[in-house]
Amino acid sequence: MKVVKMKRIGLTGDSAVAFAAKQANVDVISAYPITPQTIIVEVLSEFVHNGELDAAFIPVESEHSALSAAVGASLAGARVFTATASQGLALMYEILYIAASLRAPIVMALGNRAFSAPINIHCSHDDAYAARDTGWIQLFSENPQEAYDLTLQAFKIAEDKRVLLPTIVNLDGFIVTHCFEGLDVFEDDEVPNFLPPREPVYQIDPDNPITYGPLAFFDYYMEIKRQQAEAIKNSYPVIKEVLNEFSKFSGRTYTPIKTYGMEDAEVAIVVLGSTAGTARYVAKELRKEGKKVGVVSLVVYRPFPVDELVDILKSVKVAAVLDRSYSFGSPGGQLYMDISAALYNESERPLLFNVIYGLGGRDMTISNLKSIFEKALEYAEKGKIEKKELWVGVRE
Amino acid sequence: MSEIKLLKTIKELPPDDKYEFAPGHRLCAGCAIPILVKITLKVIPDPKVIVNATGCLEVATTIYPYTSWNVPWVHNAFENAAATASGIEAAFKIFEKKYGKKKPHIIVFAGDGGTFDIGIQALSGALERGHDFVYICYDNNAYMNTGIQRSSATPRGARTTTSPAGEVIPGKPERSKDLIAIAVAHGIEYAATANPAYPIDLANKLIKADAVEGPAVIHYFSPCPTGWYFDPSLSIKIAKLAVETGVWPLYEVENGKYKINSPSLKYLKSPKPLEEYLKLQGRFKHLLKPENKWMLDLYKQDIEYQWTLLKRLTGIG
Repeated sequence: MKVVKMKRIGLTGDSAVAFAAKQANVDVISAYPITPQTIIVEVLSEFVHNGELDAAFIPVESEHSALSAAVGASLAGARVFTATASQGLALMYEILYIAASLRAPIVMALGNRAFSAPINIHCSHDDAYAARDTGWIQLFSENPQEAYDLTLQAFKIAEDKRVLLPTIVNLDGFIVTHCFEGLDVFEDDEVPNFLPPREPVYQIDPDNPITYGPLAFFDYYMEIKRQQAEAIKNSYPVIKEVLNEFSKFSGRTYTPIKTYGMEDAEVAIVVLGSTAGTARYVAKELRKEGKKVGVVSLVVYRPFPVDELVDILKSVKVAAVLDRSYSFGSPGGQLYMDISAALYNESERPLLFNVIYGLGGRDMTISNLKSIFEKALEYAEKGKIEKKELWVGVRE
Repeated sequence: MSEIKLLKTIKELPPDDKYEFAPGHRLCAGCAIPILVKITLKVIPDPKVIVNATGCLEVATTIYPYTSWNVPWVHNAFENAAATASGIEAAFKIFEKKYGKKKPHIIVFAGDGGTFDIGIQALSGALERGHDFVYICYDNNAYMNTGIQRSSATPRGARTTTSPAGEVIPGKPERSKDLIAIAVAHGIEYAATANPAYPIDLANKLIKADAVEGPAVIHYFSPCPTGWYFDPSLSIKIAKLAVETGVWPLYEVENGKYKINSPSLKYLKSPKPLEEYLKLQGRFKHLLKPENKWMLDLYKQDIEYQWTLLKRLTGIG
């Protein structure tokens, strides 16, 4: 087996993403500074200004323009990267739908940060959730190594001619964006073996003029949306294929869903992002005491891996679904609603409760996670959920 | 600015044999936008890419599954035509550098709403960054596509559906913005006003705008029979009167140097009375009533203000 040349270097999550974008040899970067993502665009602009990366860096005047320019460049056939967080994502909102509908395979890093007000720069998943219906593929990393790896995989997924959808790589604000650790990165010349240059299917070409972004009314709009619905559903097998290929290439295993202890777990925590690691640690400790607990974390959040998740969860008695956000006025947090909907028609399914945690960067501690597992075990014992919504680590 | 050849007569305009803007679009009879589009596509050479903000031109020419455009055409959203064009330009520039691919001419069409109001930030950003494109604002003085609402380009006193000619407030109470001054403040090499009644002037300005390396802005007067309430056969007459009465000065700014163009110079000393222009349009009808004279006077002051500025900047008069 061919050994891929790698080296170990120290990087933060943000600089790992920038490094991956550089190795992906992006043509156009269009971005606006916002904490905690700013380092990504700082590092990329350094690469461009130092001549290490032959790309256009468009220092736009807002996130709305960042994504608008990214759409233009992507339609022109460029490999395009942008990054944002929180309010920036909110300002892009209108164009998120357009980028996906125009099938522009942009890759965006999202340094997950809470929405205002009050203004806060730390981690919540408000921004990722706000983009959940927009037609973008979404991947979640839980450490800088994954942020690097998933950024490279995101380009391959987004640009695949069977997919052609923009893709978000989520990394928890500060917890991952600013976490400095040793990473195994590929030597530059290895990367094209996994990720060759983009080969656009359609592009702005004066020799073959196309009208991009026309008006379509009730006579055609619905068919276009139906096709788009199929497109993101059909991306799932391609995502699995890319994750598999990357696993072989790198020697680091990637699957759409990560599980721990789920072979025999009676209760489970379902979670996104960096908390998964802590949850696995706590589960490991509890399993030493003979408690049958497990952890399920999603690497692929959109398209939502319904069938596989159902298979994993159906045999547990109780699942605690963790949301680092709140969907005001809804039946529960965003992931909780997804999982409830995924399981509803199953004859065999767990009882669910929703945990709201970590808003605006509030620490998610080992003892918090322990108490959640214990609550789940208690509900499993009683055979019922006494409190469907639990806020942890909050003064109330 | 690269070597350019300007036109002397209308006969020098290339023939319309490529149908880059095909017939069958749904713009209103008498609308002045197609005149602009046709002349633009004729004088700006291939290869070219059009970026269109949401608005009349966009909705009336690309009703799926049809399109009037035989050139690459991109519509993203309302306020972001300049940003979208920035991305396209940056991509083609890097393609040229990396792969030696020829960069197309990039042309933006946006209405006054998409330029003066919701798109001003994206435009300002793109001008400051210096992207190489020709940005053309077709100014029909209001949000015509949504049904004639006032914009910051609507002239003082004009009646729109959000600045009605009421008993207390007869029309729009505020003056309009000076787009060219805003564009010039970014230090761009070329900016000009244009008008469909003067096609040679328009064509030559487009040629000059296209020739500069970097952004250029054309502000085009676009009479709208539907929104201004006049007979569609009068579009060019009204456009001409706008110049003759001094409402729409034709001028250009090359590297910061202002120059009043000959159609306007002719009427510099003795412009036609403003009322000749106003009386043909339903949107100004109320201004001619004695009780609304105060509003008309304010509008006249706005025109005067613009001319004072122009005369100072050009050293004329």
